[in-house]
Amino acid sequence: MKALLRASFAGPYVTVQDGGRPGRMRFGVPASGGMDRLALAAANLALGNPAGAPVVEISRGGLVLDCLEGALSLAVAGGGFILESRGEKLGAWRVLSLRAGERLAIRPGPWGSWCYLAFAGQLRAPVWLGSQATHALSGLGGGVIRSGQEIAVDDAEIRAELAGAIPCPVLARPRHRLRVVLGPQDRFFPAAALESFLTARYRLTESYDRMGVRLAGPSVTPEGALSIPSEAILRGSVQVAGDGVPTILLADHQTTGGYPKIATVVSADLDSLAQLRPRDGVGFEAVSPDRAVALARQRAAAERAYLAALARHTATATAGGKTLPR
Amino acid sequence: MATPVFRPVADHALLVEFGTEIGDTAHEAVLSLDRALAAAPFPGFREAIPAYVNLLVDFDPQQADHAGAEAGLRRLLSARPPAPAPQSWQVACCYEAEFAPDLDALAAACGLSREAAIAAHLAAEYRVYMYGFAPGYAYLAGVPPALQQPRKPAPVRGLPAGSVMVAGPQCLVSTLVMPTGWWVIGRSPERILLNEADRPVLFAVGDRVRFRRIARAELERAP
Repeated sequence: MKALLRASFAGPYVTVQDGGRPGRMRFGVPASGGMDRLALAAANLALGNPAGAPVVEISRGGLVLDCLEGALSLAVAGGGFILESRGEKLGAWRVLSLRAGERLAIRPGPWGSWCYLAFAGQLRAPVWLGSQATHALSGLGGGVIRSGQEIAVDDAEIRAELAGAIPCPVLARPRHRLRVVLGPQDRFFPAAALESFLTARYRLTESYDRMGVRLAGPSVTPEGALSIPSEAILRGSVQVAGDGVPTILLADHQTTGGYPKIATVVSADLDSLAQLRPRDGVGFEAVSPDRAVALARQRAAAERAYLAALARHTATATAGGKTLPR
Repeated sequence: MATPVFRPVADHALLVEFGTEIGDTAHEAVLSLDRALAAAPFPGFREAIPAYVNLLVDFDPQQADHAGAEAGLRRLLSARPPAPAPQSWQVACCYEAEFAPDLDALAAACGLSREAAIAAHLAAEYRVYMYGFAPGYAYLAGVPPALQQPRKPAPVRGLPAGSVMVAGPQCLVSTLVMPTGWWVIGRSPERILLNEADRPVLFAVGDRVRFRRIARAELERAP
């Protein structure tokens, strides 16, 4: 059965996202997908969906949904967002249901920048290059959700047995101390600039969207050439433009650029970086490439353990509490 | 092939650098390694992004590390995978004033008449060096020296998709509405960004491109 929702209000940067479309940076296409990939996966697994199924990514602008037709279960995870439904205020990280005539509001709470809304059913949204993730710059993919827009979910169902809280792990909290591997153009920066980059406290600015976040703090001016032949940029690249101000590139980053990159944030810290807010402080800590690989493996093991426990809980509940075959 | 410099990037990539100046030697080495890698990827390889003088090689840190990736790549340096014959493309371009807001200023900066600037743009053969910046943005090198000017000091917002623009030795046909500091000298109806998962773009890196002048009527007839 179909459920039909209306976004009665959608803040800026509310988009359809999924596990992303990796592997196409050579065509100018970044992977996109959730800004906080762990929270996106948690929302899906709490409903028994595949981890990378399409969801709605909600910014600090918030989202108000009215259910026009049908009924379905929803999971909300990511950040310390607040939900309002049936006159009740609840924290995010929760599975709940919505029926025709009911309203769900998702608003920013005490912390976090991005929150994920997963559906028990298939979200109807355009596919681009094999994925429904929205590339914000072009609007290609599932697309931007705007106020007044309707959202259709096919095969919608109520999964009452899954209703309740989703555990919010420490892994999903914001991180103020970001581990980086210096380079690949750290050699263009004088020692004093590198020292300043690693010891100063920066703040996120309001120039924060899916493409990246511009920082405020001491400028780190490279010596000599301000531009290099254009080369690949990654999610996590810390690029320094002519004004000496670092910008960290994120999920919808441009795939190449000609500004030097002083450092690259390790992948283990990217989801937690994305949950910081403008004016939050950040510092950078240099680690060796080997240490960065070890951090990636530790993070992946911790994520696997958390997500596997969540999937087990969902499977057990779905089976009506009966013991599942091993 | 010259021995490249390997630079670690975060926990999941190596930048393999064959030089620091844009030129055919470094770029040929980049493309050769890119082809060799596609034919014989090391365990954990995820994707490679060719650029002017380097190849960024991304790997899964659960399966590989920088030392392993570097060893895998060094074994490929002596490989000489056959280069596919480059394809030649003709890209239609309308130079009429409405679609070419910077053509007169660029011609003036080069000391050329408007027609001479168009002729110079049409006479050159361009080579697809890389894709970058945004989906389907193919960087075409080969703007003749007489038509080379550095990018404009301030970007202009909202240039439509299909804008044909130049800056220095580079030319590109935009695929999205974007701000740009490049000189916009025409409009093309060609679709470079395709909605096909296994072939998302029209040109392969290494292909050759020439422009063909069209009148407004042909531009407007295009789907």
